[in-house]
Amino acid sequence: MDGRKTPLYEEHVKLGGKIVNYAGWLLPVQYEGLIPEHEAVRNKAGLFDVSHMGAIRVAGKDAEKFLDYLLTNDISKMKDNQVVYTFMCYPHGGVVDDLLTYKFSNEEYVLIVNAANVDKDYDWIMDKKEGFDVEVENQSDATSILALQGPEAVNILQKLVDIDLPEIKPFYLRRDVKVAGINAMISRTGYTGEDGFEIYVDNEGVLKVWDELLKVGKDFGLKPAGLGARDTLRFEATLPLYGQEISEEINPLEAGLKFFVKLNKEADFIGKEALTKMQEEGLKRKMVGFELKGRGIPREGYEVQKDGKVIGHVTTGYMSPTLKKSIGNALIDVNEAEIGNEVDIMVRNKPVKAVIRDRKFLQNR
Amino acid sequence: MKVMKDLYYTKDHEWIKVEGDLAYVGIADYAQSSLGDIVYVELPEVDDEFEKEEAFGAVESVKAASDVFMPVGGKVVEVNEELIDDPALLNADPYENWMIKIEIADKAELDELMTSEEYEKFLAEEE
Repeated sequence: MDGRKTPLYEEHVKLGGKIVNYAGWLLPVQYEGLIPEHEAVRNKAGLFDVSHMGAIRVAGKDAEKFLDYLLTNDISKMKDNQVVYTFMCYPHGGVVDDLLTYKFSNEEYVLIVNAANVDKDYDWIMDKKEGFDVEVENQSDATSILALQGPEAVNILQKLVDIDLPEIKPFYLRRDVKVAGINAMISRTGYTGEDGFEIYVDNEGVLKVWDELLKVGKDFGLKPAGLGARDTLRFEATLPLYGQEISEEINPLEAGLKFFVKLNKEADFIGKEALTKMQEEGLKRKMVGFELKGRGIPREGYEVQKDGKVIGHVTTGYMSPTLKKSIGNALIDVNEAEIGNEVDIMVRNKPVKAVIRDRKFLQNR
Repeated sequence: MKVMKDLYYTKDHEWIKVEGDLAYVGIADYAQSSLGDIVYVELPEVDDEFEKEEAFGAVESVKAASDVFMPVGGKVVEVNEELIDDPALLNADPYENWMIKIEIADKAELDELMTSEEYEKFLAEEE
């Protein structure tokens, strides 16, 4: 199989990982199995190699001003060492990428972006930076990232650091932390709906950190976890995936993610005008949750129909490992989006009854 | 991968075990192993008729869905209802846990399938 390898590739193979090509990277979709890995993260802890994610550093006198122009969230309100989730939009309101912004100071930030979008994002940022006093550097190739996720994550990582981890609040970061002796940046962030940390290290140090985490994690029920569980976990936690819940064609307002689009922030940002207009005129489509009443599993791309008429499509669907139910997200006609509305999901071209529900899958388990 | 003797196999990794004019149909070890934990099985109705290579049902893991095709044409005479309640049986033993029992329409179609020995070679090439 062709593809790029993270520094941990050989470890994934040794651990029995089933390797797939994801966004050009050879990564494990699972080791022992998607469901046990999913359950480990919900109940104990899981360790993911997410080194495929991109890291783009933006620094300089105008860094804050530039990012407030580039991104939809309010960068000027960020504190040092804070992390915020935000979109980078096109002028028409569609999404270039969704990303985490790490702030070190108002002159230095790092954007953590989707693997599949690194080059597109970098080109976009370079294209927009004219007139701003900023330097932009793609650090993706030199950075390895581990995600330690689950209720036991804090107890496991505590064994390998000499700082008091609870001091790091959710969506904050700490630089220059020694993890098993390796210099790292850690943030209390993740993509699973559980407590946890993301650990950023140089490629040279990542193997040591990975090994030590798995070693000390054993007593806490830690398992290495693959891309398969990463997707079911983020889905259950109502976290969007670029290309499915949001994309160039699906804007953040339609996706129900208005909280991360600060239409009232002072700065003019790319997409602001289009998104403001859409908000004022009313949206035509809405992201909803649904639950199948008949048998079947909804999958991305399946049509949603009402009385034989297509009203939208499934963006993500699963037999939820936590809820043991067939549930999904769908982007549908806003007039059909009321909770309790009965629709048909076209499962392999056959209609299966489903009912529109809220998307708080985990909270209402 | 486990290959059971005295069965016929398809390139899509279905197996068929012939008993006179009747036959059991299921998925091979390779199929269940590629899919991972199977969480859903769709079966046809008794008396449904299918052509050779037509999809008669589906097996799905958390991650993926896969249609299951008829090795030969025929009429469904029995379905293995147990799989509906416990799809993981297909992971546990895909040869013991057949999906449907059929009445074969034309036994000449069996000649186009792979024997156990041929299927083993086919698998070796797939790897």
